[in-house]
Amino acid sequence: MDKLRRMRLAKDAMDRDWADPGLDLDAVAACAGYSRYHFLRAFKEAYGETPGQYLTHRRIERAEEMLRCASLTVTEICTLVGFSSLGTFSARFKARTGLTPSAYRARHVGRGASLIPGCYAMLWAGGFSTARSEKRTGPGPAYGDEGESADSITGTADRRAEP
Amino acid sequence: MIKGLAIATVWVLDPDRAKEFYTQKLGLEVRTDLTMGEGSMRWLTVGAPDQPDVELTLMVPGPPAMDPESAEMVRKLVAKGAFGVGVLATDDIHGDYRKLKDRGVEFLQEPQERPYGTEALFRDDSGNWFSFTQRREGGLDLERDCA
Repeated sequence: MDKLRRMRLAKDAMDRDWADPGLDLDAVAACAGYSRYHFLRAFKEAYGETPGQYLTHRRIERAEEMLRCASLTVTEICTLVGFSSLGTFSARFKARTGLTPSAYRARHVGRGASLIPGCYAMLWAGGFSTARSEKRTGPGPAYGDEGESADSITGTADRRAEP
Repeated sequence: MIKGLAIATVWVLDPDRAKEFYTQKLGLEVRTDLTMGEGSMRWLTVGAPDQPDVELTLMVPGPPAMDPESAEMVRKLVAKGAFGVGVLATDDIHGDYRKLKDRGVEFLQEPQERPYGTEALFRDDSGNWFSFTQRREGGLDLERDCA
């Protein structure tokens, strides 16, 4: 149980500090008190995806909320959620939601969505990929995002920001 | 006629640690702490001093209520942080946020403005998630940017 608790602390650190571009794999692994290699494997075992995938999902989910609720430009939101490249942000946003940030905003903007408590949106929309049952085959644990499909995780500009 | 919610269950991993967390860190009061029989069932409840008619029962998953396999699954889910308990209300979100943080409560979100008030998020030391909210006076503010 202590191992799960440590993984939770690391996940909570990503939930809390998703905007911090310095939140790299080493920093997150340190929250769990694990080496990065063991951390990656243990995190994926507990939550079904790598820390990098989780952090990307968290950032996209926060961006969704900002697009629905805040008077900020897409570029501002991109930076605020911890991406350094607008192209990478847009590509990953589209891979996750099926829409570009602008199209997402056009579809969802309005008063209703902001009434869903942000905390529940964070729990619900920011969760884990439902495609987790697809097992990857390959030697050893994936390093960071490397196992993820090419359309969603490809950029190198954000590598430092994504454990 | 239903009069309201009186007791809600929170699954915790260790009753003594939970008792300390909910009283010393959150500032709730112990309402009941009984052990029935030969140490079999612990009935431990806490509540907010200002709200005497509602309490949380801090229960450890296990027999006889749960078979060992179910108990293990619940313990894992709690430890992974999969459960949210609900919303705790405050009338001083910023002051209480600071106070709880200083006492070592792990926050996932610092206080943020929402249409319904100001809200922070924390976990108890078992892994249960709480919203911590100060409701906005005068109802919803639908004009506000809330990200």
